Amino acid sequence: MVTALLVLAVVALFALPLLIDGGSDYAGTDSQATELIEESDPGYEPWFSSVFSPGSAEVESGLFALQAALGGGVLGYVLGRLRGRRTAGKAAEEAGGS
Amino acid sequence: MHIAEGFLPPAHAIGWTIAATPFVVHGARAVVKEVRENPESTLLLGAAGAFTFVLSAIKLPSVTGSSSHPTGTGLGAVLFRPPVMALLGTVVLLFQALLLAHGGLTTLGANAFSMAVVGPWAGYGAYQLTRRLGGGLLGGVFAGMAIADLATYVTTALQLAWAHPDAESGFLGAAVKFLGVFAVTQVPLAIGEGLLGVLLFRVLTVNARPELERLGVLTPEPDDPREVSRDQVREVSRDQVREVSRARAPDEPPRSER
Repeated sequence: MVTALLVLAVVALFALPLLIDGGSDYAGTDSQATELIEESDPGYEPWFSSVFSPGSAEVESGLFALQAALGGGVLGYVLGRLRGRRTAGKAAEEAGGS
Repeated sequence: MHIAEGFLPPAHAIGWTIAATPFVVHGARAVVKEVRENPESTLLLGAAGAFTFVLSAIKLPSVTGSSSHPTGTGLGAVLFRPPVMALLGTVVLLFQALLLAHGGLTTLGANAFSMAVVGPWAGYGAYQLTRRLGGGLLGGVFAGMAIADLATYVTTALQLAWAHPDAESGFLGAAVKFLGVFAVTQVPLAIGEGLLGVLLFRVLTVNARPELERLGVLTPEPDDPREVSRDQVREVSRDQVREVSRARAPDEPPRSER
């Protein structure tokens, strides 16, 4: 019950901004900061560029998805193992006790 | 909080790299030590790294009309203390700098300093403070995760203001501008991250109780019917022992000289 409410709160927190003003393009703060530098410090030249940058926005979002998938996969594996360990321990206890 | 590649002048880039390096090296040793001494920690350590990996890949919309991503460094800081996150956070940043053109190698030092050093330590401080004030485990986790997230972005804003002061209003003017971009957007995200942390800890307290007790996050239940093995006794952290002895001290008759 509490879990469901917490999940709902997290979802609402990030769905609300989208519902309230759909007009915004939700630019990333990282690129906004870069723009701000270019605006206020027009003489500044970035002196190094990325060693590798994904050619297209599609490839880039795929790589971000890969990062999230790796993290989510490991996290799910750990939580699953911990839960399995507890239920296995409980089963062993019951079997031993009877 | 990723300062884009090349957007810090060389002196700043080198300075932040020098500042962050000892923390990352110390963090790497902390990770190796933890895994060697407590192999059973590996699972949770993996979870802490994975949590940062997921959260820093997801950009979330905020009420300010821009989007940003959480950091997820508070979890590891609460579980294993902040040094561990200096390494894990930097690994995430390196992945993003090399494969995603997000952040960069010249700004890795500055980004690691904000996300992998300042964030985890600020979060850990908030967690400890909340627990001391009686906020409980979940209250502490919420504060720790939210502050770790927010402190990271405040640091980035100050780093940028230092490197690119405003032509007229100088450092302060620039700080206000960059904080306006980063910190305000981050507030709802930090709250969301705190709630996610609470969710995760509700699962962990049920399923990873032995680990949390050994890490000193949870105190062992005194009326635990299970027999405590000698190994488990040895694993009780020094902090807990001190707490227990302090709690018992008044009951014990004062010992005369030996």
